[in-house]
Amino acid sequence: MLTSARIEKLQRFWKSFKFAFYCATHPLDGYWDLTHERRGTYAAANFILFLTVFTKLIKLQFTSFVIEPIDWENTNIFLHIASILFPLAIWVVANWGLTTLFDGKGKFGQIYMATCYCMLPYPMIQIPLIFLSNVVTSEEKEFYSVLSALSLVWVLFWIILAMGQIHEFSVGKNFFFTIASLFGMLVIVFILLLFFSMISQGVAYFISLGKEAMFRMS
Amino acid sequence: MTKKHVKNFIKGLSAFVASACILVGSSMTALAEGSYTYCYDYWGEVQDSPNAYDVVGVYTFKDLGLDLQLNNPAGLTANGDMIFVCDTGNNRILQFKRTAIDKLELVRSIEEFKGDVEVNTFKNPKDFMIDEEGYYYICDTDNNRVLKLDSDLNYIMSFNKPVDATLDADQVFQPTKLVVDGAGRVYCIATGINKGLIKYEADGQFSGFVGATPVVFDFMDYVWKRLASQEQRDKLLNFVPTEYDNLYRDHDGFIYAVCASHLEEDLKSESAQAVRKLNLKGDDILIRNGDFPIYGDLYMGSGGGHDGPSQITDVTVFDNDVYVCLDKNRGRLFAYDNQGRLLYVFGGNGNEDGYFRTPVAIDHIGYDLFVLDTLDKSITIFTPNTYGKMIFDAIDQFDAGEYTKSGETWQKVMDLNGNYDLAYIGVGRSLLRQERYKEAMKYFELKYNDDNYSKALKQYRKEWVEDHILVIFILVFAVLIIPMIIGRLGKIKHEIDTADIFKY
Repeated sequence: MLTSARIEKLQRFWKSFKFAFYCATHPLDGYWDLTHERRGTYAAANFILFLTVFTKLIKLQFTSFVIEPIDWENTNIFLHIASILFPLAIWVVANWGLTTLFDGKGKFGQIYMATCYCMLPYPMIQIPLIFLSNVVTSEEKEFYSVLSALSLVWVLFWIILAMGQIHEFSVGKNFFFTIASLFGMLVIVFILLLFFSMISQGVAYFISLGKEAMFRMS
Repeated sequence: MTKKHVKNFIKGLSAFVASACILVGSSMTALAEGSYTYCYDYWGEVQDSPNAYDVVGVYTFKDLGLDLQLNNPAGLTANGDMIFVCDTGNNRILQFKRTAIDKLELVRSIEEFKGDVEVNTFKNPKDFMIDEEGYYYICDTDNNRVLKLDSDLNYIMSFNKPVDATLDADQVFQPTKLVVDGAGRVYCIATGINKGLIKYEADGQFSGFVGATPVVFDFMDYVWKRLASQEQRDKLLNFVPTEYDNLYRDHDGFIYAVCASHLEEDLKSESAQAVRKLNLKGDDILIRNGDFPIYGDLYMGSGGGHDGPSQITDVTVFDNDVYVCLDKNRGRLFAYDNQGRLLYVFGGNGNEDGYFRTPVAIDHIGYDLFVLDTLDKSITIFTPNTYGKMIFDAIDQFDAGEYTKSGETWQKVMDLNGNYDLAYIGVGRSLLRQERYKEAMKYFELKYNDDNYSKALKQYRKEWVEDHILVIFILVFAVLIIPMIIGRLGKIKHEIDTADIFKY
């Protein structure tokens, strides 16, 4: 049932989702208001993230093979999903971990929300591009590639701008912390790899210990 | 039976069942190992294929009516219905006549020739060739000469070591392979001479080197060489062109030159070519439109005692420009079409008929292939079967402009081998020529052929726009003009609403 509280919630979601389009064209103003004026919602952020992942997946299916031939036998959609979610997660963690130590005003959730809002240009451009891909020949591939690259550059550049607004950083400081966050991401990946290889070796040790014990006892 | 006996019986039975399972299992894996003939798909995966060629027979010295086993035979040449084999180790050239599809009859054994020269016999002759006027040309390798004889074995002339300032005076001239062009010019390759093909004019005059392979080196080698001292530099490998291993002159007069000794990384980076087609200037004009470079097997890992890239040691070109390369390493034959697309691969190392130990030379009569195996001392004859002929038919029909027929033939090929990319592309190309663009696009898309797909799409797109021009016009009108009209109407309404006249 659509109670009035629910309708209000939906309206708030819709309004905050529409605000993402405003952010896409007015980044500085938009991302300031996103947290400081509380115009963004987690619901909208999650929805934009969902749209992005969804776009990535339908791109696989519907983009013309002229642009992107796909070896379906060796395709794992979970890897494609992770290719967005995993960098996002470690970016948010690395950025929050660093900026919180250096006067960054953004909270963990706000960093996540702003980053998700920045992803809107990706579905915005890529979905029309799926249609375009099916009418271009291999000689006209460049049109597609340029637009496709544009969507990525747009997203990345907007993330940098958004972080500056969220943390109330100056341009120089923002730039420095962007680089530092990227470095932080590398460190996190390194530690994760180390951790997993250690754990797997540790587990293997105890398994072989157990096997040995069972072998002796039987 | 006691309880123990029963137990033993059950044990024995289970052991039997288990071993039976293993046997069945292993025979099943043997089945899954891959077929004699195969091809690669778009992704480079090996796709099993029906056999395109059947073995007619394997002929050793007894079958050929010889008194002596072949000894290190190095060359095989087909001309008309005659087959010439250079029985190198026995210093003779054998001439056979193919009297029936499976019959080679010895015509003569050429061991000496008449004429006013010092040495009237051969010493390790490695190649033989007949020109268009019927003269014989022989690479008399260890007598350091190329002989020209007439068909009655009278000495005409010989081509000797080229007189050239760039050649070392001490170098022994050992010609190994040769071709002769329509004007009687001789192109030959010789051991240790890497400047390209040695070219002689018809009068025996040396006239230069043509078609050397481009030198391959990488940047780091270059840097090292600049830093090294003179002594160190002498010890480093020289950047020199690679020697060719064999030659073939096709029906159009182009020379196919192959090289077996390229390194894996050079082949993969395409800085070196295993097969080159040389024009008169010595430039490589081989068409390479296939999905993969022309170097035989894509997978160069070790297996069955062989590793490294395919060593293309000979090539033969059919009249429809399909060429078959012979791999000495794994004993395989690779057939490519005139666009450089792999048609099929067959053969292998082994002792069965249709397998080789060290194949060295290949030639053809019609579409039948003759392969000389130097270690097995035998000649293998292959003939295309229904499937193989169908592929040739489809190619020939397309080249002759019979597009509809070619499409039908490719369709038949596809019925026999549904994993064959070229069949789909063939059907697609035929449909494209018949202006059935939409259907053609479907076939190209199935096999990821983006070039042809784009050609079809371009035409289809044009047709579609021409058919739907009215709808498109109306849509554009609707999107652009109607909002403008609505806006104008709104403005008028607004003006009327706020007009002074209606104010009281």
